[in-house]
Amino acid sequence: MTVQDTRPIADLAKPAPARHTTAARSKPVRRLPVQKDWPTWVIVGTQFGILVGIIALWEIAARTGAIDAFFWSQPSAIWHTLTIFFTEGDAWTDISFTFRSTIFGFAIGTTVGSFLGLSFWWSRNYAAIVQPYIICFESMPKLALAPLIILVFGLGLTSKVAIATALTLVVSTLTTYAGVKALDPDGEKLFYSLGASRWQVFRKLVIPFCLPWTISVLRVNIGLALTGAIVGEFIASQHGLGRQILYAGQTYDIALVWVAVFVLSALAIVMYAAVSWLESILRKGVKQ
Amino acid sequence: MPAKVHLDHIGMAFPTPSGTFRALAPLNLTIETGRFVSLVGPSGCGKSTLFNIVAGLLQPTEGRVLIDGEDATGTIGRVGYMLQKDLLLPWRTVLDNVILGMEIQGVPLGEARERALPLLRRYGLAGFEHLYPHSLSGGMRQRAALLRTLLFDTDVILLDEPFGALDAQTKLQMQEWLMTLWSDFKKTVVFVTHDVDEAIYLSDEIHAMGTRPGRVLETIPIPLERPRPRSISMTPAFIAIKEHCFELLTADAGSQQNAA
Repeated sequence: MTVQDTRPIADLAKPAPARHTTAARSKPVRRLPVQKDWPTWVIVGTQFGILVGIIALWEIAARTGAIDAFFWSQPSAIWHTLTIFFTEGDAWTDISFTFRSTIFGFAIGTTVGSFLGLSFWWSRNYAAIVQPYIICFESMPKLALAPLIILVFGLGLTSKVAIATALTLVVSTLTTYAGVKALDPDGEKLFYSLGASRWQVFRKLVIPFCLPWTISVLRVNIGLALTGAIVGEFIASQHGLGRQILYAGQTYDIALVWVAVFVLSALAIVMYAAVSWLESILRKGVKQ
Repeated sequence: MPAKVHLDHIGMAFPTPSGTFRALAPLNLTIETGRFVSLVGPSGCGKSTLFNIVAGLLQPTEGRVLIDGEDATGTIGRVGYMLQKDLLLPWRTVLDNVILGMEIQGVPLGEARERALPLLRRYGLAGFEHLYPHSLSGGMRQRAALLRTLLFDTDVILLDEPFGALDAQTKLQMQEWLMTLWSDFKKTVVFVTHDVDEAIYLSDEIHAMGTRPGRVLETIPIPLERPRPRSISMTPAFIAIKEHCFELLTADAGSQQNAA
């Protein structure tokens, strides 16, 4: 009995490990892909090299006539125009004009928008009535209104601020309102059980709770505000980098177009960095 | 002298598309000053509804809430109420969370902090005062939430399953901690729990509740001497009460099933 019993088991057991090993052999050996980080100087050096390469190629192409220097301009001419723009032109007036339009529009749009969003907490009825208008305004291409805004607010700074405000306001409103909607009703219950007034709930619960939402749109809004200011200057303005670009384009001063675009980009980077810094400071104060 | 809390014929019904839903049958409940009273019952027996009514957060469809003999129906801020979640505000330190009640009542911040600080240290939150809630364990967060309720300085506090989400070990520690607080502060405590052992160990009196509609099945006095050692849960007296509670609750659950 025992002999008969063990034999089939042994027969069965034999091929099994054999199959196992062949299966293991046929399976490709795979290692976790590991990416090695290059040292910072290699990264920065490569970036710099690409930039220098582009400029050099551009200059060479323009000089050899591979591209038409009249339409594309060339780095040497741009550099020349840049120095004139800063030494003899009104670079600082234009920069300051665009900067102020952007910052004012950004500040007004973000502040008013955030408070508008927060205000929906006070009354569900009021929120229900106002919401369709907000959504309507959100989906509307606000830049299409720019000519009208210029007519109403004039050629000066006010109209640029108004366009930048129009672009940023709704974003802040809707984002802050999303914060209001995410509020835990039990949190309000806690406050009321402690005998709080609505104003106390608003100040001590709703505002600090929604602040991270408000902060999260700051960087988006600075970009939108700049776009608004530039478009305003395109349409009608006496100053500003946008006006400079338009004017240079119309007079075929392509080098000046490039100069204004580069200065504008630099301004955008500076403002973006400043807002990111502001955001990190605020976040430290809000969320621990 | 009137009872600390008296629920006079309190009932609650909600209108639903398929007719009215009775959350609470009209019930009477008297809670004497300084006692530790538990409400035990299955989910849906209206314990939380009852708490919301006593805290003034919900208007009952009938009946009155009397506190110290005074009609307190629908008035907020009369009792301390700790909800199931700790609801600590993440942007405030533990200390500033704990003083929230005092702050809302208009106590100057400096004074409130001064009052709270020694209590935090005495009741197991030493070293955590200036930390933010996210760095605290579940037990520590519950402690902070409970101290916030206590420092609100009302005679009555309602605790809605405060230890429901804690692990067994922490739960036992917290029960003993709560006993210390209760004997130090001399408050009237109403405690909601699913855990019959917990209710018997902590309470002077248990109100066993049934469902559909929510109502009090029976009030069971707990004549066990205090302070109670942990080993008390092995004594025949304790086990007898526990058996009685289970009988009550299973009988109610059984009748529900038959009805359905």
